[in-house]
Amino acid sequence: MRSFGPNELLFILAAARWTIALSLIAFLGGAVGGLAVALARTGRVAALRYLSIGYIKLFQGTPLLMQLFLAFFGPNILGFSVDPWAAAALGLTLNASAFLGEIWRGCIEAVPEGQREAARALGLRYFALMRLIVLPQALKIALPPTVGFLVQLIKATSLASIIGFVELTRAAQVINNATFRPFLIFSIVALIYFLMCWPLSLYSQRMEKKLSAAAR
Amino acid sequence: MTYVFQFGDVFNSWDELALGAWLTIRLSALAMVIGLVVAILCALGKTSGPKPVRWIVGAYVEAIRNTPFLIQLFMVFFGLPALGLRLDADTAALLAMVINVGAYATEIVRAGIENITKGQIEAGRALGLKPLQVFRHIVLMPAIQAVYPALTSQFILIMLNSSVCSAIAADELTAAANDIQSRSFRSFEVYFIVTIIYLVMSLGFSTIFAAIERTFLSRGRG
Repeated sequence: MRSFGPNELLFILAAARWTIALSLIAFLGGAVGGLAVALARTGRVAALRYLSIGYIKLFQGTPLLMQLFLAFFGPNILGFSVDPWAAAALGLTLNASAFLGEIWRGCIEAVPEGQREAARALGLRYFALMRLIVLPQALKIALPPTVGFLVQLIKATSLASIIGFVELTRAAQVINNATFRPFLIFSIVALIYFLMCWPLSLYSQRMEKKLSAAAR
Repeated sequence: MTYVFQFGDVFNSWDELALGAWLTIRLSALAMVIGLVVAILCALGKTSGPKPVRWIVGAYVEAIRNTPFLIQLFMVFFGLPALGLRLDADTAALLAMVINVGAYATEIVRAGIENITKGQIEAGRALGLKPLQVFRHIVLMPAIQAVYPALTSQFILIMLNSSVCSAIAADELTAAANDIQSRSFRSFEVYFIVTIIYLVMSLGFSTIFAAIERTFLSRGRG
């Protein structure tokens, strides 16, 4: 049995970069997907609206772990296999798209209708109206819950360990299997997650207070 | 595309899936009830307890909300035995779920309690209600009514999150799926069906929550 020393700690710390990389990829992919979902959800095309509602309900009503399993085994059906890294990135991106889509829908709807009417009266078409008038205002409201969701996403990447992707949690399991110091190792890993998430949580809470104070 | 879907092995194991789903429902329901009690006590401590209590509750809430559920589960299942507390997988799963949902629900209930205005409480006292009556009828019930949607979506989240407990081999639905998968190798089919079962369960829980709201929480409103 190995003992828990600096090398083991370094192995865990090094794996944290995969947690960060996976979080960033899912967040960026989710931002693109989420914007599309939010626009479809708030748009005038009924078919797109129902499609986006169904998408959101599906991803919010099923476990992320199942979504990751399906992202891992699903591509087999189409005849190509994916590694855990790609499956985790795909599953988390699809999941983040649904959640960010729902968050941003609320932010878009929070922009007063008069703004839209005024923009239309000025002759702006849909995309100009969104880009110049609605989205910039929605962005301000969207910042706190979006950062809050980023915290959820960072924590969610830990599930990628279950489909075999070696990030922070999987690295902890590997080291624990070799050294068997579960309390120490999982405490350290919990602390690493906490140090990644807590500043973001605080920032999100502070921004939200500032916004609600400004709204009063 | 040459893939042939075979759901036969999955459907043949329906009893295993049903048992797993039943445990998922029981674990989730227990975690919701106990978690709500934890949350009410913690929210009370955080809003009107002495400073050390406030600090401890705050630390508990922040620690849980900023670490993954999977790590919390490992701490309970693998970490606690090092401190002399050994739990079987199902109990460990329940404990981790209670600790997790308790922290999130504390924040939700606290927000509800803080929105009750002082005047309401004073009015209650002026009417001669005892402290416990004031707390129950004027603070707690209206607070829970106000935050009910947030609370129930958190409850559904913990039900969905319980799938993670398969990682410590608690015998819930996902573990049953893993089991069937390892025997039949029909991975996609198994997880597809189980995903649908989860979807149905989350719809079921929302229906029950809506019924509870209609029956118990809308009294004295209209």
